[in-house]
Amino acid sequence: MATVGYSKKVMEHFMNPRNVGVIENPDGYGKVGNPVCGDVMEIFITVIDDVITDIKFRTFGCGSAIATSSMVTELAKGKHLDEAMKLTRSDVANELEGLPPQKMHCSNLAADALHEAIKDYRNKKQKK
Amino acid sequence: MPRIYLDHASSLPVDPRVLEVAQPYLTTFHGNPSSLHSVGLEAKRAVEEARSKIAAFIHAENENTILFTGGATEANNLAIRGTALRNISQGKNVVASVIEHMSVLNPMKELQKNGFTFTTIPVDSTGLVDLKQLEQALTKNTIVTSIMYANNEIGTIEPIREISKLVHEEGLYLHVDAVAAAGRIPIDVQKDGIDLLTLSSNDLYGPPGAGALYVKPGVKLQAVLLGGGQEKGLRSGTENVFAIAGMGEAARLAHKEMDKESTRLTSIRDALIKEILTIEQSYLTGHPTQRLPHHASFRFSRIEGESILLNMDMYGIQVSTGSACSSKTLEPSHVLLAIGLKHEEAHGSMVLTLGRSTTMKDVPAAVVQATRETVQRLRALSPMP
Repeated sequence: MATVGYSKKVMEHFMNPRNVGVIENPDGYGKVGNPVCGDVMEIFITVIDDVITDIKFRTFGCGSAIATSSMVTELAKGKHLDEAMKLTRSDVANELEGLPPQKMHCSNLAADALHEAIKDYRNKKQKK
Repeated sequence: MPRIYLDHASSLPVDPRVLEVAQPYLTTFHGNPSSLHSVGLEAKRAVEEARSKIAAFIHAENENTILFTGGATEANNLAIRGTALRNISQGKNVVASVIEHMSVLNPMKELQKNGFTFTTIPVDSTGLVDLKQLEQALTKNTIVTSIMYANNEIGTIEPIREISKLVHEEGLYLHVDAVAAAGRIPIDVQKDGIDLLTLSSNDLYGPPGAGALYVKPGVKLQAVLLGGGQEKGLRSGTENVFAIAGMGEAARLAHKEMDKESTRLTSIRDALIKEILTIEQSYLTGHPTQRLPHHASFRFSRIEGESILLNMDMYGIQVSTGSACSSKTLEPSHVLLAIGLKHEEAHGSMVLTLGRSTTMKDVPAAVVQATRETVQRLRALSPMP
């Protein structure tokens, strides 16, 4: 039978998202999406010895948007930056036990927001 | 968890009294109305009785003005394509408001392939059709103009009698999609000056799978669905007797109970609107006073509609939204954009449509509380300023 609606895992992350909030003066900051489309995600990271020791997110968007943001922060926390850069939309979607096809773009945004935060950290580090 | 269902614009339970009248036509009196034996004749009798009930409900000239279809989308397609193509020698223009249902807009767009021009009329920020622009758009080439009696997403009731006068000065026919309005506010097709009217069975608490099109005597149209020639050749296919019998009874009950029920729902609607609007950065969409008695539609800044819907569902409350994410096309509601909302404003929509199961006793308090908590939680997650 074809999947209908969101998986239990997606709903769980929607109802109890992990790592919600902001980090003041973050080591890295990424923001993707736009209000016109209806999805905006922000990710904040704290980096020590190239490891993401803390990560927070805020999201304006649908159930998938919130769940994928939450999941990407859960996957990225504690990872080395190189490992975290390799996280893809499929990793996020798979950990959530699947997303409806038209919602896959949400998981893309979540991975992009994380990558932006990492790039921002590296740019800032280079400038020092 | 007890359910508070507030999405009657999307689907309604069949009223038990309607089901009692209709059910025998599924089992005992299951005949085909075209069969000439006693079982068929019983089915035919049920269809004709439903036809009379619906004619009475909308004050039609006689029962022969009512055609049964498989639903409101089909009735809209028949009204629009059927009249446009039948009267093509008289003109090749069709007109509709920008807030019509897609089952009106899409057939009109499609007519462009037959050489028709399609003109849309804007609405103001409360959803009222711009009568000046309508007047300017109408020409002697305008075959059918379609303006809904009331809008399902924002609740606004249109000034149909004024619109009818304008349409009949220049154009040929006025089609009115009365799906959202029927059973909520009185409809009199003769006094209102309506040529074609669409009704939906389920929207009257009847069984889904049936609709009706009122066709004023003298209006010329042609069939869209071709086949065995039922409904005077205008809608072929064996009649869904169960749903039609149900629709007739649903219309009769709605007609009988409308005043009392609409008054009852207006109080609940107003209580909900008053309380929900105390939430910071919350706005009513649609007209504040010229609105359907059971309809309370809002938008909330900084948060998104599908999340609102899912969160409310967790509280056991079912609502609707016009957000992009919740639609098949990932486009926000064309109605919300038409009333001038920016995309990000259109995303935060929540629509409540009350019904027979909605009570003043426990509903407003629970719904207001759930809405407050939902908005609060989603705003705490939101990056929007």
